[in-house]
Amino acid sequence: MSFLTIVFTALFYAATLLLVVGLARRIQLYWKTPAPLKIPTTPAPTTTGGVVMRMFREVVFFESLFKSTKWTWIFGWVFHMALFAVLFRHLRYFEEPVWAPVVWVSPLFKYMAFAMVIGLLGLLGRRMFVDRVRYISAPSDYLMLLLLLGIGISGAMTTFVAHTDVVAVKSFFRHLMAFSFDTMPNVPADFTIVVHLSLVALLMIIFPISKLLHVPGVFFSPTRNQVDNPREQRHIADWARKLEE
Amino acid sequence: MAKADFEIPELKEYPEIPPIQPGAMAGTKAYTAKPEMNEALGFPGELVGDWQEKAIEHMGDLLGKYRSLQVFLDSCVKCGSCTDKCHYYIGTADPKNMPVARQDLLRKVYRRYFTFAGKYFPKLVGAEDLTKEVLDDWYSYFHQCSQCRRCSVFCPYGIDTAEISMAAREIMDRIGLGQKYCNEIIGKVFKVGNNLGLPGPALEDTLEGLEEDVFDETGVEVKYPLDKKGADILLVTPSADFFAEPHVDGLIGYGKVFHEAGANWTLSSKASEAANFGMFIGSYENMRKISLRIREAALELGVKRIVFGECGHAWRVAYSFLNTLAGPWDFLDPNYPVPQHICEYTYNILQEDKDKPDEEKTLKLDKSLNDDMVVTFHDSCNVARATRMGDMPGGQFVIPREVIKAACNNYVDMDPDTTHEKTFCCGGGGGLLTDDLMEVRVKGAKPRMEALQNVIEENGVTNMAAICAICKAQFTKILPYYGMDMDMIVSVHQLISNAIILTGQQTEDEDEDSTGDDAE
Repeated sequence: MSFLTIVFTALFYAATLLLVVGLARRIQLYWKTPAPLKIPTTPAPTTTGGVVMRMFREVVFFESLFKSTKWTWIFGWVFHMALFAVLFRHLRYFEEPVWAPVVWVSPLFKYMAFAMVIGLLGLLGRRMFVDRVRYISAPSDYLMLLLLLGIGISGAMTTFVAHTDVVAVKSFFRHLMAFSFDTMPNVPADFTIVVHLSLVALLMIIFPISKLLHVPGVFFSPTRNQVDNPREQRHIADWARKLEE
Repeated sequence: MAKADFEIPELKEYPEIPPIQPGAMAGTKAYTAKPEMNEALGFPGELVGDWQEKAIEHMGDLLGKYRSLQVFLDSCVKCGSCTDKCHYYIGTADPKNMPVARQDLLRKVYRRYFTFAGKYFPKLVGAEDLTKEVLDDWYSYFHQCSQCRRCSVFCPYGIDTAEISMAAREIMDRIGLGQKYCNEIIGKVFKVGNNLGLPGPALEDTLEGLEEDVFDETGVEVKYPLDKKGADILLVTPSADFFAEPHVDGLIGYGKVFHEAGANWTLSSKASEAANFGMFIGSYENMRKISLRIREAALELGVKRIVFGECGHAWRVAYSFLNTLAGPWDFLDPNYPVPQHICEYTYNILQEDKDKPDEEKTLKLDKSLNDDMVVTFHDSCNVARATRMGDMPGGQFVIPREVIKAACNNYVDMDPDTTHEKTFCCGGGGGLLTDDLMEVRVKGAKPRMEALQNVIEENGVTNMAAICAICKAQFTKILPYYGMDMDMIVSVHQLISNAIILTGQQTEDEDEDSTGDDAE
């Protein structure tokens, strides 16, 4: 194994561990923290089914953002949807045989990288040029966009500019997933793929300690996930019940 | 036009989002509470010596008690969606009045003490130590938030700045930095029973006066009972309804509706206040203690139902929290929601009346008696975004409008970007209805004033109906700053009161023929 391969082996195991454990702990924290009062932003659904629909519209269409500002919505939505398309297509680098739908969409979805980059550039432009958004931005807010741009651009380059030995990369990850190190191929030492993989590992590591926590957070947001039925059902947290004793 | 030592915003035909002016409102600070006011609420009298340490400790405590706080502090991505949504930002241009920037005052401290990134890379993620300057900013800007939740409507994660500012105020209270207006008022509720400190005998006098006024006007004996044991309905209403204008005209209206419905109702001297400022200061314990007065009053008087008068945040505490704080209400009549809003009560009668011939209607309303008005309606923030009326989501928009339209021929809505769930706060909610915050109140009213100005010019609107004691008081005070007449504000049930023909009441026509004594 090359030095690079050893580094990436360690890096991706560590990154996966941090991502999974970090996220699991955060989700557990959100789960365990009580919501003592009914605070859905009304008008709110009066049934659980209605709440599921509200959450679906929020997560899939970014309903609230759509109501708010169309520019942020269009850039943000395009970026996220393109990211999902790209991630879906990436299943081909981890599966053998590749799931048929992934094969079907692959020729088309490889262009989603461009949509992703355009969306990110739009968001970056907004952050730099709208005075209000510039005011609320910390260095990490810019770096997060640059990180995602780096991932998108380096990834697109391996497909469209400087082809990397994708078969070797896939084989590397399949060996990682199977914990089999004997026949492990070396990661190609191409600049683009090294950058791409490094940035992806970095993203995985910072996911549970950054604003990327909006991903689990939205599902736990009491203003969006609560049923509007406070008069019909008494809602009380354990710590609040203790006050009654 | 009222005088001011600050600039009154200019009203435009089309709303404008101002460029940021950092520090524009940094000097604006609400008066702090005196030691005895804080102590009456169970807080330290003055800023404690180890306030920094204690503040962080209390933040940790709240993070463990409120999922909203924990999730909201983590989830913001600084997308900027909320930055142009707050009436205080629009009116003052101070960037710390942008919802996300207001939250960040707390979030940067949260990050510094509670997150990995903030502990080890504070500059990178904008984390900051809790210094005296930061605490000063907290005090300034968390008292420039009316907790109206408009930002939460537009946030892709539903982050509600109200939750953040409530937590911040609770932390400040717990280290001995209370706000005078809220804490003094809560003290009065505990001591006397209502925000205004009106004792029982004064209430009795006031209500007798109302009975006389209504009798003089209509010749009908409408009762406004106090502490009547065995009544069916307990009416809990904001204490401003007992004497402030136009609030009291609303109370007169509720009484007339109850009278015509033949309801056996009462007010309570113990629960002579619907408002619950415990919510404004984010104190669950105080909010609960205030709510329990209503439970006690209901039990003592042996009522079967509870109805709330026109008040915005009171309806939030009533509708959304009362069952949690002071329930279960299993001793009340299960056929009615607990509690009900007076608008729901009146609306239900109107619905029953719909199919009846005129002479059999419970409420005989002559809309033409309000023909001197073209009315618009201000959706109160708490009613609009934190509660419901009736069975349908959005009933809180439909029901008050239907009640108004039942009493008025001329009704016009304002710009839809300023009504329903997108309504703008009056500028005085959330514990800001105090003279020491007049500049914030006047500037924060700008978006509503703009929308009102437009319907005045385009549709000849003469009056704006409100459904909240704070809105009514705030507008009465603020309108003159914008060159408008303070009497424009009316209560929703004032319109009903104007239009209702009481059973046995002499009508205007007969009056003119017989006495013609309306010059009194």
